[in-house]
This record gives sequence, C-alpha cells and structure tokens, in this order.
Amino acid sequence: MKITVSSTENNLYQDSFDIEGGNFNKAGIVSTSIKSILKQMGLAAEVVRKCAIVCYESEINVVSYARKGVVNLTVNSETVLIEVVDEGPGIPNIDQAMQQGYSTADQKIREMGFGAGMGLHNIKSYSDAFNISSEIGKGTRLLMTITISNIDKK
Amino acid sequence: MNLETIVKELNLDVRCAPENLKNNVTGGYTGDLLSDVIANSREGYVWITRQVHQNIVAVASLKDHAGIILINSCEPTRETLEKANQEKIPIMVSGLPAFELTGKIYNLLGKKDYTKLL
Repeated sequence: MKITVSSTENNLYQDSFDIEGGNFNKAGIVSTSIKSILKQMGLAAEVVRKCAIVCYESEINVVSYARKGVVNLTVNSETVLIEVVDEGPGIPNIDQAMQQGYSTADQKIREMGFGAGMGLHNIKSYSDAFNISSEIGKGTRLLMTITISNIDKK
Repeated sequence: MNLETIVKELNLDVRCAPENLKNNVTGGYTGDLLSDVIANSREGYVWITRQVHQNIVAVASLKDHAGIILINSCEPTRETLEKANQEKIPIMVSGLPAFELTGKIYNLLGKKDYTKLL
C-alpha cells in the first residue's frame, strides 16, 4: 500500500491543535485530546496507542525546546497523519538527535524525567513512516504516518 | 485484581481519586523516565515512580493506567493532586523503595494468576 502524505480526499477527520512552548503545566493536553478523538472514531487500540506515543513525544519536544507549535491531525480511511510544526531553534544535526540517548535537555527538564534522549527515537519506532526536517533559527517539522490496519476490511 | 486490594495488602496511603480504587490492575511498570513509561507501559497498569510533578498525571491518563504509586514516601505536588482528581487517576503513596514495592506488587498480581491455574 502506498502512503500518500498530501491526501485531501476521503478525510474522515482533520483538525489543528496549538502547543505552548515552555509550559510544562499544559504538556500532554494536546496528546490527550487527540487520543480521545481517535478512540471515539473507533480506531483499533494499537493504532490509538501508537498515535498517543508519537503525539506525546512530539508535544514534549515542542514544550521543551520551541516557542510554540501546532499539531495537524488528519485521519483518512487508511492512515492517521500527524504533522507537528514548531517555531524554535531547529536541530543542527538531525542524525545525532535521532540517536537514542542523545539529548540537549537542561537540568530542569531532566529532573522531571524528560530529556533522556528517547523522544525522537520513540517517535520513529512507533510510526509506520516518519519524516523530519529542520531549519536552524526557524523550527522543526515532523511528519508521522500510522497505518490503520486493514484486517477488518479483509 | 483491583487497586483496592493492592492498597489494603501493601498498606498504601491514598492521596486522591479514591472513587477509582475499583480500577482493575492488569500489570505494572516501574520507571522515572517519562519516555520509557510512555513507550513501554500498557493500559490498566499501575505505575510505580518517584516523580511527583503534574506531568505524571498526563502520562497516566494518556496510557490509561489504573493508578500511580509513589515510592519512598514521596508526596505529590498540589498541582499533581488537582490534575489527578480531575482526570480521576488514583495516586497512592508507599514508604517502600521501588525495588521492594515492585516485587510485592509483582507477587500479588502473580498470586492471582496462580490461583487461576489451580
């Protein structure tokens, strides 16, 4: 099956959610909303679980490093697309940032149990397709695709 | 097994959402790194941690944990309690360190399965 990124047809759901950078009091709110929406749509538990993990990790990254960000959620009959675009410092070396255990988090973030260098790695491993791009001084864009199981359709 | 049984057996102090102690416990996960807990814990698990800040409630809520148990008599912050009450996530406190508490809960949950086999 080919995964199309720019699908505008047959979208079952489309919405955007704002994330406030630096505000750990609100961290997780967007992910929790998205998870409830996907659950209510009746998607398989494993699909919802994968989406919740990649959403939460992306949200924490925006809160930890960026000024602000937005999550664009698109659900069609075959995939859940989660795009996270932030306005932030950008990532100088993406290969390094993707390595498990690598983190630039400060002490405050680490004390809360974040910044273990697992975030981007988790996002990649729980996505069926993953794309990351970043521009220094502007921000970072993540695109995660989670495939909806076709078992029911067979 | 539900949380209420674990609370009674291990003499835990319940700090919030007592109305949800009937939550069924399907397993447990011990950890203080939130990314690790997010990736590896499952729905219905009890989460054992020493993190006390409000972000633990978002994690537990997102993962549909049965509840959170804080180790070494660590107390949740006021914001954590407020959020946990809103989200109806029970938070309990134990005087035991993580290793001992995890072992005891593991045995309790195992005992249930063993009885089933008999």
